[in-house]
Amino acid sequence: MENVFEIHDLSSWFGENQVLKKIRMDIARYSVTSVMGPSGCGKSTFIRCLNRMHDMTPGFRLSGQILLDGVDIHSEQIDPVYLRRRVGMVFQQPNPFPRMSVFENVAVGLKLNGKAHSRADIAERVERSLVMAALWNEVKDHLDQPGISLSGGQQQRLCIARALAVEPEVLLMDEPCSALDPASTAKIEELIEDLSEKYTIAVVTHNMQQAARISDQVAFFLMGELIEMDKSGKIFTNPSDKRTEQYITGRFG
Amino acid sequence: MTGTITFRRKAVDRAMKWVFYLCAFLVVLPLFLIFFDLVIKGAKELRWSLLIDLPRPVGEPGGGIANGILGTVVITLLTMTWSVPVAIMSGIYLAEYGRGKFASAVRFAVDTLTGVPSIIMGIFAYVLLVVPMKRFSAWAGAAALSMIFIPVVVRTTEDMLRTVPTTVREAALALGITRWKATLRITVRTAWPGILTGILLAMSRIIGETAPLLFTALGNQFWQSHLDQPMAAVPLQVFTYAISPYEDWHDKAWAGALVLITMVLLINIAARVLTREKR
Amino acid sequence: MAARSGKITKDFVFEKASAFFASVVLFLAVLLFAVLLRESIPALRKFGASFLVTGTWDPVLERFGALPFLFGTLVSSFLALLIAVPLSVGAAIFINEFAPPWLKAPVSLLAELLAAIPSVIYGLWGIFVLVPILRDGLMKPLTKYLGWIPLFKGPVYGPSMLAAGVLLAIMIIPFILSVSREVLATIPQRQKEAVLSLGGTRWEMIRIVIGQHCIPGIFGATVLGLGRALGETMAVTMVIGNRPEIFASLFQQGYSMAAVIANEFAEAGGLQLSSLVLIGLLLMLLTLVVNFAAKGMLSKMVARASRGI
Repeated sequence: MENVFEIHDLSSWFGENQVLKKIRMDIARYSVTSVMGPSGCGKSTFIRCLNRMHDMTPGFRLSGQILLDGVDIHSEQIDPVYLRRRVGMVFQQPNPFPRMSVFENVAVGLKLNGKAHSRADIAERVERSLVMAALWNEVKDHLDQPGISLSGGQQQRLCIARALAVEPEVLLMDEPCSALDPASTAKIEELIEDLSEKYTIAVVTHNMQQAARISDQVAFFLMGELIEMDKSGKIFTNPSDKRTEQYITGRFG
Repeated sequence: MTGTITFRRKAVDRAMKWVFYLCAFLVVLPLFLIFFDLVIKGAKELRWSLLIDLPRPVGEPGGGIANGILGTVVITLLTMTWSVPVAIMSGIYLAEYGRGKFASAVRFAVDTLTGVPSIIMGIFAYVLLVVPMKRFSAWAGAAALSMIFIPVVVRTTEDMLRTVPTTVREAALALGITRWKATLRITVRTAWPGILTGILLAMSRIIGETAPLLFTALGNQFWQSHLDQPMAAVPLQVFTYAISPYEDWHDKAWAGALVLITMVLLINIAARVLTREKR
Repeated sequence: MAARSGKITKDFVFEKASAFFASVVLFLAVLLFAVLLRESIPALRKFGASFLVTGTWDPVLERFGALPFLFGTLVSSFLALLIAVPLSVGAAIFINEFAPPWLKAPVSLLAELLAAIPSVIYGLWGIFVLVPILRDGLMKPLTKYLGWIPLFKGPVYGPSMLAAGVLLAIMIIPFILSVSREVLATIPQRQKEAVLSLGGTRWEMIRIVIGQHCIPGIFGATVLGLGRALGETMAVTMVIGNRPEIFASLFQQGYSMAAVIANEFAEAGGLQLSSLVLIGLLLMLLTLVVNFAAKGMLSKMVARASRGI
């Protein structure tokens, strides 16, 4: 299977504090990869490296290589802005832009990404993204209302639609369900499954059942190290590392 | 437990309560008195001619402050034309990029300027503009007012941008939007009602400022559209009329004050309504 | 990161542009100091430190001293604090502790509107309303019966140090009031409940809790009000009497630093102009010291409140 991301010996630091230690990982195209581990294990830091969201963080530095389709994302060839257009992100807290309508929230990426789109083209893409995010039927009659007036679960799907509108290849999701109720969580999980036909998805989660339900492969992080990565079926039934076993049986975390 | 509260303690408690009521009453009383007097005494001379006529000499009835109203509008707009961009861009710098010594120095400068008495800004503009140009002018008045306007708006812009959650900035960047576009079109937009409120409050303040104009714009009895000439302003006219020894000028001072307070409060209240809508 | 290896991006340009505007603000502040300093050098050379203690202000003989103005500024400002602080703190306690909920918003809105009134309108009202009231209702009777006390000595004119102090008090009340309310709001609810649960009355609760908690904050609010009062120009100019002399009586006329600049600057030249700028420089330094002191006190208090002490 073809790999979208190949990560070689990725280490990173906030100031003196090392948060990631020599991570090696491949992420296959059109797969769902879950990154799990106890809080503070570096899973969020890791996923945010993949679209260079740390660029703005003072004191952050990293070593090693992250290859996207074989090209180092920190090389001169790659503009971080362009990288983020290819590698979209959904955050832990639903964060629609305040003071923008549902429509504007989805359209804003298209309007501001420098490529000219016609009005009709934008409207069409907004609709398509909302349909893909399984939100269209709920909001199609009030696209003008503020994005923040939606329920938490709807807001998160709006954020997914917003990310999809700029047509990324990869979708990174940083604990997308941790702020949501079980019904909304179920909807998002279903959505992830549907989206994986067209997108490569990496999800950070601290919820093992969720990781088991949605992923093709699961990576287990502990104290900044990648302990084990394997098919989801294997890692939950027959992990090869003792620490993984301890984690999934609830010994710590 | 009520048994432990003696009669004396209860009496003191009640008395102090009335003392606090009295304080609150005395605090709002002057406001009512001032508005009452402004309306009663200002209405006497408040007719159309006040708003559309030039001032007339002592003793001649009629005449107005039209040139002052125009001057106030011109000087205020002149001030804002260049102060708003400077202040907003500086606020953006401090909130979005400002780390390190340079940013601290700018913040310190802003804090300093905010506390400087407004008359000092008049001296500043006098030395820098009136002396070299060899005349009082609307430019100099606007320069003095800018020194009051800019620091206030820099501060509110920075504060308002800081209320925008980091998650909003991150979401914008994650969409592959460049940072400057994300800042202008998303972060600033999110904070805009607050920034606009700050601009309007600062505007209502400079409209009423008199001291910085005394020896910069100076005032003028006639129409004046040239910005390099002395220009009239309503607060200057109120001051001149108020300290004059003539009865009918005093009436004009009240009428002018009524016009001035109307302008100031309209903008002030507009600013507040705006903030309320945001919430 | 915006301009990796010399590549100039729009991001880089935008950041530098915003930094440029910020440096304009910094430059203006430096320029302000430089201008005031340069223009006051002739007066500084001529009079030196004696400028502060000289009571003469004589444009004909070119003898200038700041003492009467310094005196007038300080006395009128402290008089204003004497009146404004108790009233503001009392009103703040009323709004925060006693006022029914529906009354809170209007009362604080009214107080904020007081702050929005232009200074020249306070001055106008001061000349034609406040001064006559004070003259006939307070100064005349007091001089008649207590005129032997230097503070209340006649003759009564109307425009006076007292009128300036009262007018200033009205003008600074909104500032002290709003800061006092913030200070009172930092009191933890549990502390108030603790006193009440011990059987204290409402007043005892206020006295004890405020005594323990709010004195530094209220002091900070007071100093902030002082900073406002010192630099106030138009209203003071219009009611203080504008007489460059020093009297013990509050009923006599006086002069303030800002007022003398307002009155004489446009027509001054040479050494007189320089002396006026020097007064301006002194006024600015005085206000800045006071403002930064207030800020220091208030931020210390806020830090303490957030630590829950």
